Order: sequence, then C-alpha cells, then structure tokens
Amino acid sequence: MRRWAVLLFAALSLGAARPAPPVNLAALLAETPAPSLDAYGLFTDAGARTPNPALTPYALNTPLFSDYAEKSRFVFLPPGTKATYTPTGAFAFPVGATLVKTFAYPADLRKPAARLKLIETRLLIRKAQGWVALTYVWNDAQSQAVLKRGGVRLPVSVIDRAGKPLTIDYAVPNANQCKECHSLSGELSPIGPSARNLNGDLTYSSGSENQLAHWTKAGLLSGAPAPGAAPRTAVWTDTKAPLSDRARAYLDANCGHCHNPLGMASNSGLFLNLEEEDPAKQGILRRPVAAGRGSGGLEFDIDPGRPETSILLHRMNSVEPGVMMPELGRSLVDEDGVALVRDYLRSLPASR
Amino acid sequence: MAASNQFMLAWVFAGALASSAQAATLRVAPGADAQERLQTALLDAKPGDTVALDAGKFSFTDGLSLDIDNVTVTGAGQDKTVLSFAGQKGAGEGLLITSDGVTVRDLTVQDTKGDGLKSKGADRISFVSVTVEWTGGPKETNGAYGVYPVSSTNVLIDKVTVRGASDAGIYVGQSKNIIVRNSRAEFNVAGIEIENSTNADVFDNVATHNTGGILVFDLPGLPVMGGHSTRIFRNQVVDNDTANFAPKGNIVASVPVGVGVMLMANRDVHVFDNAISGNQTSAVMLISFSRSFDDKAYNPLPRDIVVRDNRIGRNGWLPALPGGKELASAMGGSAPPVMWDGVTAYATPGPVPRLYLKDGPVLNLNLTAPGALETARPSVSATLGSPGLAEPPPVVLPASQDKPVA
Repeated sequence: MRRWAVLLFAALSLGAARPAPPVNLAALLAETPAPSLDAYGLFTDAGARTPNPALTPYALNTPLFSDYAEKSRFVFLPPGTKATYTPTGAFAFPVGATLVKTFAYPADLRKPAARLKLIETRLLIRKAQGWVALTYVWNDAQSQAVLKRGGVRLPVSVIDRAGKPLTIDYAVPNANQCKECHSLSGELSPIGPSARNLNGDLTYSSGSENQLAHWTKAGLLSGAPAPGAAPRTAVWTDTKAPLSDRARAYLDANCGHCHNPLGMASNSGLFLNLEEEDPAKQGILRRPVAAGRGSGGLEFDIDPGRPETSILLHRMNSVEPGVMMPELGRSLVDEDGVALVRDYLRSLPASR
Repeated sequence: MAASNQFMLAWVFAGALASSAQAATLRVAPGADAQERLQTALLDAKPGDTVALDAGKFSFTDGLSLDIDNVTVTGAGQDKTVLSFAGQKGAGEGLLITSDGVTVRDLTVQDTKGDGLKSKGADRISFVSVTVEWTGGPKETNGAYGVYPVSSTNVLIDKVTVRGASDAGIYVGQSKNIIVRNSRAEFNVAGIEIENSTNADVFDNVATHNTGGILVFDLPGLPVMGGHSTRIFRNQVVDNDTANFAPKGNIVASVPVGVGVMLMANRDVHVFDNAISGNQTSAVMLISFSRSFDDKAYNPLPRDIVVRDNRIGRNGWLPALPGGKELASAMGGSAPPVMWDGVTAYATPGPVPRLYLKDGPVLNLNLTAPGALETARPSVSATLGSPGLAEPPPVVLPASQDKPVA
C-alpha cells in the first residue's frame, strides 16, 4: 500500500546520514540464489525496513487482493540502465532489474500501517535468460528472511476489520506457483509494472508525483509519453470513477493475469484482462467449459443483471479449493471486491 | 588451430554426453513435511532426472507442480504409492505439469479438491499406470477431471484408472496427437472424453458404470476448436449406469444416463470393433450442439462419422430422454442402439453431414434444428449412409515417448 511506502521513506530520510553500500548486483545475477535476503543489499538494515537508496518505491492503481496483506513494492535497476516503455503489458526491463515486494500484516487490520509484521519478501529478477522468481520468508524475530522455494503455509493472527481475532492461513507460494500467475506463453513475466497500472500519483520523499513522470525524470524509464497520453487502469476503490471501470480494473488485477490469451487459464476462453473487448470472452452469457463443481450449478460465467446466478461471483465468494478463484494467493473472501463486482454485474443490462 | 578446435569440440561433446548420462534420482519418502520435500524435489530436478516417491501414503495440503522438461515422476506402484489430497487447502489440481517430456507413473492420486493430474501446454506428456480416484464414490463435490491434459501435444494415457470424477475421468482437451489405451474409467460422469482435440486413438479401454462411456465433443468459443479425427476401437463400453452427478452448468450435466458412445459436433470420428452393451439410453448417440453460440467458425453438427463392426448387446431399453420410455415401448421394448438427431443444417450453409452407420438398427430423429426435439419425426433403418469415409491414420507418438505398436 502507498501508506506503507511513505512510512518507509520517512524512515529513509531520517537515516540518510551514512551512504549505503550499493545493491549487490552480482548476487542478484548469480546462478544460485542467496540463502538469505540480506545478501543482496536491497535494504540497508537486517529487518528490511529501510530500502537501499537505489530502490524506487512504486504502487499500483489496482493491485491483487492477498488476504488483506499490506504490500510494499520497489524497483531496482542497475546503475545506468532503464526500462523501456510499452503501452500494454509490463515494461521491458534490463538485465539485473529486480522487483522487490514485501508482504506484511498489521496487528489490527483496522490500523494497516501500525505494527507491521513482515511475512515474506518476493523478488523478480531479470536475468539474461529471463525472469526468475524467489521468495524469502521472515523469521519471527524479524531479523532475517530465508529462501523458501517449496512453499509453506504460515498461520498469521490479526484483529480483523470487525475487531475480532482472525487467523489467516497464509500461503507462501512455491517457485512454480509464482509462475502460474506470472506467466505469459509459459515464460515468467512481471505483472504489476505496466504503463496503465503505474499511471497514478505516488508520494515520494520529494513530494507527490505521477509515477510514469517520476520514472522518466529519475532516469528509470525511456519512451514514455506524458501521463495524460498513456493508458490508465482505474483505481478500484475510487468511488468517483465509473463502476464498470473500477470493476473491470479489479477483475484485471485479480483474474486477468491467468485469464488472458497468453496466461495459465488461456484454455478456458474466459479473458478478464482489460484489453479484452469481446463481451462473450469477458464471460457475459458464457457457459463454463472445465469449471466442474466450480460452476455451483449455475449456467453462465456472467449472467448480466443477475450477480446471484453468475459463476464468476460465486467463485470469488468461495474459499473452497476447487471452487474459489483465484486458485492461488488468497484463503479469505475479498468482501470489498465481491461487493464491487456484484454491483457491476447487477448494472449490466439483463438480456434474458 | 583447426585441429585444436576439433579436439575442443570432441571434448565438449564427451562432457555433454557424460552429464546427460548422469541422470539423478531424487527420492522422496512419505511423512512429515512431504509437501515441501516433494515440491522442492520437483523444483530441484534437472532434465533427465527422476523424482521417485517411496511406497506409502503421502498427505498434502496444497497442489504440487512441475515445470522442468524431461522429468519422470514415479511411485513404487499404482497400488503402493498413494498421494492423498483429502486435506487440500488450495490450488486447482493435485499435480500440475507445465513442461515437456514429462512422465507420471506408478502411483495413485486421491481426493483432490479440483482436478487430479493436469498438464497445460505440455508436449510429450505421458500418464502411465496411474490411478486417480475420489474415495467417497460418485459425488457432485468431487473434482471435475481425473487425468486432464489440456492445450498439450503428444499425449499418452496408458494403463490409467480413474473413478469418481464429477465431469470426465480421462479428459483430453484442446490437444493434438493423443493415445488413450489400456485404461479403465468407472463411476465418472463421462468415462473418457476427447474435446476440441485432433488425432486421437482411444482403444483397449474399459468404460463402465459411468453416466456416459466415451464422449467425443467439440465446443464453441474456445481458443482451440474444430476437433476432428478420432478413432474409438476395441473398447468395452458396458453398463454405464451411474446417474448423472455433474454440477449443473457443465456440458456433461446434459448427458443422459446410459450412453455408450456420444459424438457431438465433431468430424472424422470412427467407432469400430467395440463391445457396447448395458447402456439404457443408447449404444452410440450422434447429436448436434444445441445451445446458442455466436462463433462463426463453429460447426455444431457431427459429420463424417463411421460406426461399424461393433459388438452391440442390449442397450436402449429405457432412454433417459423426454419420451424415452414411450419410444422404447413403441419400438418393441428398446430403442435402436444407434441414434442420430438427424440434423443436417444449421445457420451457416454447408454440405449435408456424411455418415456411415453400419451398425444398426439406426434411429433417426429427423430434427429440423439442433435440440429441436418437438420437431422429431423418428424413423428407423437397418443402417444409414454408405461406406467410403476415409479412416483417420493411426496416431503415432514420438519414439522417445512411445514404442510404435508392431
């Protein structure tokens, strides 16, 4: 979340007296991943509260729901290199580029920036032969994060949004599961840092600025047009934006990484990425193909005007494996997302 | 320099050969942390390696996955190594394979929450001597597919058993060059289903106690469409008598109980030398896709179909279709074993479907449009159509995957 990035940067400006050692590019590009996160020098403290000044924070207009985890995101580019702007999909990143995403929980979901406990830090590293995904899991003492390739489930206890104790069965993905979402035609690929999902303001230590403009000015990005001329994903929580834009943005971020013509769910023919224009491929009056019991006894992915008989909402509203969608990355229902998509489905003109 | 280069080259090649000969076996035993230990082995394996699971019962809480080419995952035997997913909390299948040249063999997969064994976008994928089952019997809450290669090329399914799938036991979708043989599908909704796929040989299998035995379908609106060229031969398609337990909304939920072989909206399908009996609705049904679709490239009619030389026993005594009981009694106690909906045209003009239904008698419903049962004008003939439709050539898999049948 943006809030959290701001906090980290407040910490950074306070502790900026000593120059930090550079990020360890050799370690990032080594064939064998480092056993613990600190080897990369991406953060200047062992607890990863202070990012290396070579990292730039970023935030997405509409992110994936991850069981209410708070996420901080940073990009690192090797000195002197830039990403290349593309209007669709993630930017083209140079070798050595690293995306750093940390998942954390506050003690109380109602106070999302307070008493954050780090759970895992995920790296996407651009190597010469392609992207590599690694995940590092934090110890209880919050002093070290160690490489975890095989995945693990970690119970996380918080106070939920209603003020009640909640234990989240948090799943750290295994390396293949990283790719199940981060896959384009079978190749690992970033999802978040695309023109349209970065095209929004972020509060930097220097003040608030559009991220595309900031990246260009900071020498991180070449070829970007002015933000007004670049595509833009709606902010799903922005109630001033049109309902359909918000809901399509939500479906894009939460479903479109698999449900697109090059993703893991390409065989379904159901495409929920924002670029899809065919209503039938978006699921409207579309019958399921391989949903199995995920269909919930319903006939259509989207039954326009009738959220209660739409398979899409049924699967968003489930926590039952084999039914729930997305298949990975959550164990709870995103109630706000369900409410948004329900309103959107209800707003679609009924045709039968 | 040239000589020296040649020497270097020879040396490099010798090295490459040596390393490829040193394929490793990564052993995994049942017990605590089996999830992480097996998944880590599946990540650590190098091309050519074998991941070997010891005998015993493994319990998993999440799906497993393999994304490395040319790896064999083997148990100690189809009845000795059991992978139980009864406690599964996440993922859409038990084991997902997304790499090429993979073989899964000699193990049993139980009670996955979604599909059992799935491959997506894999070339040369083999499932040999594996069982996938839901141990609580046929239930709507069972996973959809047992063995599920999709968007794959060169598929071998051999000596596989699947029971209890709430959609299809053995399901091959949007794939090409497929062999399904020596396998057993029972107590599923569909026993074996070939869908939106091309060049499949389905032979020497047993499909029994399913709702429908063997299905060959083509569905609209999918990335791969226009399935064709399937041969179904030397199978036993008997006693498919399990009430349909598929969740509504899925296409197989519309399969009536007691269908031996069902062909829908596909072409160049040849059904021969099978034993088909004990199926209360029909031995062989040819029907058109009757739901609405707006896909211009899609042809909803079964066409270029041959049904010949099958050993057809008692079938059709109580067709689970509207008016089925009346139909059977009007026909002297049972409906003719081979049934065609008789649809010869749909929205897009095209040639009349060619059929050769040598086995009979044949019931032609003479529907005027897909699904238009109210227009039925049933007629019966000893056979229907004439010979001359070319049989698809036998499916041959790469030699590295399967020894050609002598």
